[in-house]
Amino acid sequence: MQKVDSKPRVATVWLGGCSGCHMSFLDMDERLLELADRIRLVYSPLADVKEFPRDVDVTFVEGAVSNEENEHMAHIVRRNSRYVVSLGDCAVTGNVTALRNKHSNVEIIHRSYVELADKTPSLPIQFNTVAQLLPQARPLHEYVNVDAFLHGCPPTADQIWFAVNELLEGRVPVFSTIYLRYG
Amino acid sequence: MSVLTLTIDEHPVSAKPDETLLDIAHQNDIDIPTLCHLDGLIDVGACRLCLVEIEGSPKLMPACTTRPQEGMVVRTNTDRLKKYRKMIIELLASEGNHQCAVCVVNNHCELQNLAYAVGLVYVRFPYLYPKKTLDATQESYIIDRDRCVLCTRCVRVCSEVEGAHVWDVAGRGISCEIVADMNQMWGDSDACTSCGKCVMVCPTGALIKKGANVAEMEKETDFLKYIVTARQKQEWVGEYLKEH
Ligand code: SF4
Ligand code: SF4
Ligand code: SF4
Ligand code: FES
Repeated sequence: MQKVDSKPRVATVWLGGCSGCHMSFLDMDERLLELADRIRLVYSPLADVKEFPRDVDVTFVEGAVSNEENEHMAHIVRRNSRYVVSLGDCAVTGNVTALRNKHSNVEIIHRSYVELADKTPSLPIQFNTVAQLLPQARPLHEYVNVDAFLHGCPPTADQIWFAVNELLEGRVPVFSTIYLRYG
Repeated sequence: MSVLTLTIDEHPVSAKPDETLLDIAHQNDIDIPTLCHLDGLIDVGACRLCLVEIEGSPKLMPACTTRPQEGMVVRTNTDRLKKYRKMIIELLASEGNHQCAVCVVNNHCELQNLAYAVGLVYVRFPYLYPKKTLDATQESYIIDRDRCVLCTRCVRVCSEVEGAHVWDVAGRGISCEIVADMNQMWGDSDACTSCGKCVMVCPTGALIKKGANVAEMEKETDFLKYIVTARQKQEWVGEYLKEH
């Protein structure tokens, strides 16, 4: 894709997470306006872009690697991004997404679609277009190299703002002092 | 009692022979991270976080169970020690199932605080996600083995202070776990008095009160000091017994 301007190209990706980290991204509120002037958002669940583009400067990844599509995406993100940032505890540790790891996929699908169903409990029909669950949900860095980690469930808007600014300045953000906080 | 002199982190300090290196460090405002140690319980050197270097010895020694010697030169914060401490926390994190966001002791957890102290940005070892169990059969409390770091504080407080000895350690390696009585459900234990001491001394969310919500529970370990001091001073013993 041809670059239309010289603004840093930023992407956000949603893997196995609850979208809370993306909500926190939106919680930057009026700072988003400033950000809109300074970056180009080239891919995100908040934008309607079908394919992950090449040549991305920074990609924030929410969620654990939980199904085959997540794994595939993780590798595309890594190949096409200069910096990859784990956004939030699920990406960093597996966190809530990994609660299922003690159980087999058959058990959890039965639990979700049959035991916990209010109406019409039934197992989902298997479509081969729907991504299959991996045996476990695992942190992003177990699949691809990650350059920086943003902790918290979700990370706060301030934390994300800090990270974005550091990255735009060309520095890998170091959180261990101010923002290292699980949960 | 004789007084010994030794050096900790380049500071000359004095000590009594029956103190531990950890006691001496604390008296001199030298901070050494700990997890299994708790003032009032007998030290067992289980977690290895308090490891220190002693000049002339190739082995690292746990400060909580090592006694001072005349002229000893101790270092508590070298790069080698920092590397091992971080590794211990990483292994603890990868061997349990920790989801701080939904944990009853979130923000009041000794394991979290240690993770921050060692700068645990991510865990380099593969997470094991072991199949641990939860037992909610006791009337007031729950043991959630997903969060247990096997510090044995619960074992010791129940045995040494409450005198009930409900808890023990069973199994080895990744199957090692804290069990009630001879591996019964906690609710079936006749020995348990429901005193709650184990819950209070547990550094993590492994032992918790029923009904507590996410991040709601703060542990309170001060009670131990009062009980242990009162016992040493024989405050509960009648005058007759003290005199005879
Ligand atoms: S015990 Fe501590 S480290 Fe483990 S999940 Fe709870 S708050 Fe997090
Ligand atoms: S509640 Fe008291 S008696 Fe029961 S296991 Fe815990 S410390 Fe022991
Ligand atoms: S239950 Fe708590 S006090 Fe007991 S060994 Fe596990 S972490 Fe330590
Ligand atoms: S505090 Fe010394 S080994 Fe745990």
